[in-house]
Amino acid sequence: MNQNNQTTKPTAAGGGRKFRNDLIFITAILVIVAMVAAVLFFLRGEGSTVQVEVDGTVIGIYPLSVDREVEIKTGENGEELNLLVIKDGKATVTTATCPDGICAAHRPISREGESIICLPHKVVVTVVGGEGDEPDVVA
Amino acid sequence: MKHPAKKLALLGLCTAIAMVLAWVESQLPPLTTAVPGIKLGLPNIAIIFILYRFGWKEAAAVSFVRILAVSFIFNPATLPYSLAGGLLSLLGMALLKKTDLLSVTGVSVAGGLLHNVGQILMAMLILSTAGLGYYLIILAVTGVVSGIFVGLCGSFAVKRVRFR
Repeated sequence: MNQNNQTTKPTAAGGGRKFRNDLIFITAILVIVAMVAAVLFFLRGEGSTVQVEVDGTVIGIYPLSVDREVEIKTGENGEELNLLVIKDGKATVTTATCPDGICAAHRPISREGESIICLPHKVVVTVVGGEGDEPDVVA
Repeated sequence: MKHPAKKLALLGLCTAIAMVLAWVESQLPPLTTAVPGIKLGLPNIAIIFILYRFGWKEAAAVSFVRILAVSFIFNPATLPYSLAGGLLSLLGMALLKKTDLLSVTGVSVAGGLLHNVGQILMAMLILSTAGLGYYLIILAVTGVVSGIFVGLCGSFAVKRVRFR
């Protein structure tokens, strides 16, 4: 920090001071975000299971080690569909009847805490840790 | 602004500009489909302009009308997210502007960041899940970057646009 180099011209110094504050502010945000990211990355390793939630309720937990396809049916009469595919230790949503298709475009997830979310169907697929050797199918 | 009618007309014009900017933004190809929600936040140029030229109340009114109109025209499902983002963003920008510590660009960066934070918080609320931390990290960074761009555009508009 060389704060002493600031001149005392009212207008120019005001702009310079604000510009410097901007830089400090932006740097501070990015440093904080980077720190949070680093903490998250090192604390969370590869997950072992995926948890499927619909509207806040867990409807199934599946191990990432077993390849499978799961139809997640939502809507009034189960007419809405998201297809969860677990393959090679990664989970993806391949097709969905939702209008935006954002969940289907999401890259495969495998790290603990990562999630694929379908907002229109209120479906959340999250990678969690824990023991995933026994499939615990509730739905 | 002496004449109430003139002010009203100008605010209406700014609302229309913000709506058009939202439409322009929706036509841009997405940077990546892997992370939803990455946006430039172009409508915020108009909001920042009003915030600096008129005040936070006028900015809040225009932002609210803009969000309602755009949501109903394009996709009503996005309304709660946009409202949460818009509210938090405007609150933060108005408070930061009051401290007079940052330039328009710094204030805009806070706006971009808080808009994304607000949307994620609303998504956490609606989906009742806390598993959105990863999105928040990515969207925090993109919010800052787009905030710089929007802030530069906004400060240009604040300095140069003249009313007659």
